[in-house]
Amino acid sequence: MAKQKIRIKVNGADMEAEVEPRLLLVHCIRDVFGLTGTHIGCDTTHCGACTVHLDGKPIKSCTLFAVQADGSEITTVEGLEQDGKLHPVQEGFWQEHGLQCGFCTPGMMMTSVALLKEKPNPSEDEIRFAISGNLCRCTGYMNIVKSIQYAAQKLRQEA
Amino acid sequence: MIPPSFDYHVPKSVNDAVGMLKKYGSEAKILSGGMSLIPLMKLRLAEPAHLIDINQISGLDQIEEADGFLMVGALVREANLEKSVLIRSKYPLLLDTTLVIADPLVRNRATIGGNLAHGDPANDHPATMLALEAELVVVGPQGERKIPVTGFFTDLFTTALSSDEILTEIRIPIPPPGSGGAYFKLERKVGDFATAGVAAQLTVGKDDVCERVGIGLTNVGVTPVKAEKAEEALRGKKIDGESIKRAAQLAAQESAPTADLRGSEEYKRDLVRVLTVRALNRALERSRGRK
Repeated sequence: MAKQKIRIKVNGADMEAEVEPRLLLVHCIRDVFGLTGTHIGCDTTHCGACTVHLDGKPIKSCTLFAVQADGSEITTVEGLEQDGKLHPVQEGFWQEHGLQCGFCTPGMMMTSVALLKEKPNPSEDEIRFAISGNLCRCTGYMNIVKSIQYAAQKLRQEA
Repeated sequence: MIPPSFDYHVPKSVNDAVGMLKKYGSEAKILSGGMSLIPLMKLRLAEPAHLIDINQISGLDQIEEADGFLMVGALVREANLEKSVLIRSKYPLLLDTTLVIADPLVRNRATIGGNLAHGDPANDHPATMLALEAELVVVGPQGERKIPVTGFFTDLFTTALSSDEILTEIRIPIPPPGSGGAYFKLERKVGDFATAGVAAQLTVGKDDVCERVGIGLTNVGVTPVKAEKAEEALRGKKIDGESIKRAAQLAAQESAPTADLRGSEEYKRDLVRVLTVRALNRALERSRGRK
């Protein structure tokens, strides 16, 4: 099948690629753009390890073709840190031990960042509801919830 | 998993999309949210030679009331249904339903049109639309036609859509005052299909007489099930514990579940009974203005 040219703004930088239509966005991000922070977990739309922001909304990048993102803006976990300073969500996961193996972490953080943009002061229930499409198999969700609460407080203080 | 190769098309209008469907016939599939189709392609359960991505077509994402109907564009994403002030204030059955579809990330992509046109009896909107007596607007080479939802689901993964037709809009009669609805779904975990689900919509008049009732069942048959005998048992009668109990028993009888990892046939039938009682009770409370 003929390759198609796509243009995507990734973490603020304009990127171009020639891709087969069947190339999944997550493969494009990892193998074409070389950003391997986004993980492939289940590859079946369940686990959320591949979560990135597509035009500001968190989505599972294993279930979208790269050609569908043509003309869009994407933020990956690499885009969270600014000028060598961790994003409050990253800091929260560090401070509150929100990870052990770290495999789900990029997706968890991308979902968390989107949640806190929409709801700066979420209840624990709202946090658990928001991350219900992201699976963690080691830390458990307790510390992840605390990490997000830490970030929420920090972001509110900064605002 | 890498899906099979396909040619990718991006029509800018419904007519363009219909033209492509006419040209490629059964070789083509419509790509809407892609939350069912892309996983199926990865598993090679679907191998369309042409994908027609309708996401660039404008005018298919409205949620509005006009001429006695709530009109929901086929491209409305579940997350937008959830956020809609109109849906939150007037359509509790739709809100209940969208909140239990897959997970929040999937709902940022998944569309209401895709949930219906996929024809999966395990999807949640079909039961809801059966309860709300929706009609589906489809466009083909001959123009537009409306299909009552009761005639839309013809078989497993099969709908009344022809290969050159596209679902563009869902029209739901605006419920009169005194109406309420609810959706109850039992799922093993977030993101799983329903073990069973029940959608109920009621309009209640003077002395608690049931003026209108719709009951739809999820994942308990080869197609979504409209529990017509259960509806019949309530219509025109006083709604109380007794009549709800009788209707729930009838709904269980009308369901035709098959045993799988989620449970035995008997278990699922009984689950339909239990969920029907809960859905009718919640719908009744809401018809009286309680959340």
